[in-house]
Amino acid sequence: MMFAVRWLAALLWLAIPATGLAEGLRGTGNLGLVIERATGSVLIVDTGARQTIGRVEGLGDLSHASVVFSPDQRYGYLFGRDGGLTRIDLLTASIVGRFVQAGNSIGGAISDDGELIAVSNYEPGGVRVFDARTLALVADIPALGAEGKASKTVGLVDLPGRRFAFALYNAGEIWIADLSNAETPAVTRLTGVGKLPYDGNVTPDGRHYLAGLFGEDGVVHVDMWQSPLKAARILDRYGHGEEPLPVYKMPHLEGWAAIGDRLLLPAVGRHELIAVDTRSFAEAGRVATHGQPVFAVARPGGRHVWVNFAHPLNDTIDIVDTLTLKVIHRFAPGPAVLHMEFTPRGNEVWVSVRDADRVDIYDAATFAKKGQISAQKPSGIFFTARATRIGQ
Amino acid sequence: MQQMPGRSRLWPNAVLGLIVSMAPASAGEAAPDPVKLTNLVRQDCGSCHGLTLKGGLGKPLTVEQLGPWDRDQLVHIILDGIPGTPMPPWRPLLTERDARWIADRLKQGNLP
Repeated sequence: MMFAVRWLAALLWLAIPATGLAEGLRGTGNLGLVIERATGSVLIVDTGARQTIGRVEGLGDLSHASVVFSPDQRYGYLFGRDGGLTRIDLLTASIVGRFVQAGNSIGGAISDDGELIAVSNYEPGGVRVFDARTLALVADIPALGAEGKASKTVGLVDLPGRRFAFALYNAGEIWIADLSNAETPAVTRLTGVGKLPYDGNVTPDGRHYLAGLFGEDGVVHVDMWQSPLKAARILDRYGHGEEPLPVYKMPHLEGWAAIGDRLLLPAVGRHELIAVDTRSFAEAGRVATHGQPVFAVARPGGRHVWVNFAHPLNDTIDIVDTLTLKVIHRFAPGPAVLHMEFTPRGNEVWVSVRDADRVDIYDAATFAKKGQISAQKPSGIFFTARATRIGQ
Repeated sequence: MQQMPGRSRLWPNAVLGLIVSMAPASAGEAAPDPVKLTNLVRQDCGSCHGLTLKGGLGKPLTVEQLGPWDRDQLVHIILDGIPGTPMPPWRPLLTERDARWIADRLKQGNLP
């Protein structure tokens, strides 16, 4: 049976035209990329038709891969685990540039003017910046912490004014790099911010950068509108001395839930989200969840937040009402729900169900399933509307 | 049996292998399921150590990298984690036999 299903899946792949897109004119605003992490490939999907319209292969190790888009929403920049940086043309379903720029990398960002691509590296550490058109190296920013040791970098985002922010995992620092003059980046270093920042993100207005800490209960906040920049601790000791649970998957702050004057963040090692008031940065409540949250993603408009969970409770999604901070719907799409991406105005949400080799599409208002597409071990889903958002 | 020329060279390994395969003294522990465990190592260990096990936020799990650790140490790390680091204890999810199977595959570099 499994064998037959696999053959059927293989036949379906053959039926997808690799370059069926070039004929005729079309826009890209309803397109996206789905990462197939195990096969080193991506699907090009049409969110309006709820269909796969192309597939690009030969992209290397795509565990933890992510994508940013060019301002014209035609090109996706794919960041692979193996240091591969690939520029993909969504209209022709082809690779138009590829450079293995490091040994091991974790993600990237595009500058506000669309000219620079920054990549966050584990090996050799630091951040490298490339010309978005040619992928030529423009600047290399080794992340030597205050103690002089090379650090892995995480939580890399763009900021207004051709700037990028990122955190130094090993050194416990947050750096802000101004690339107004790309060849000579001006770096502001905030040192001693906390132990093992594991990820970071910025609010949609580009003002508040937050880095989650793994080594202690707390979050680091930098208000990018203040001068001089300084790091402040918030949610200090949010666990109140309880023993955290073992963490089988690091939470992500990418796609975090910013709703009105609140942020919903995953608590590390706990079955809850923490609500933060974005005026005072004090805790504004908690949401008890099914498991340890990995992603908490707000529906555009902010009415609900969809949450997925770490292994072994990763078959389930909780939907949180953002007025009451209560889970109003819980369902199990299938084994290993890895990522959720809303369509630009939030009418539908795409959910990757890795171990079912499937991406499910749900109505975001009724929670009813509207469709599905086949994908091989799908993980991240990225729609082109991200091109218009600060920090994505 | 007596005719086996290489017996003297082979037997320590064979006997060790036998002891090891019997050692899971823990009666009642199910035999490791290679398909399930391989998927777990690649996909779930892989979220930190990389799908190809060449490292990420966590260290690489290649044969060279694991050289300094013996099998029992790896089993201990898998089951009980490394306090003060993100390496969690897997004891709530894996049996000792599972952990030994994983440690052997990693040490030998022959994860299916």
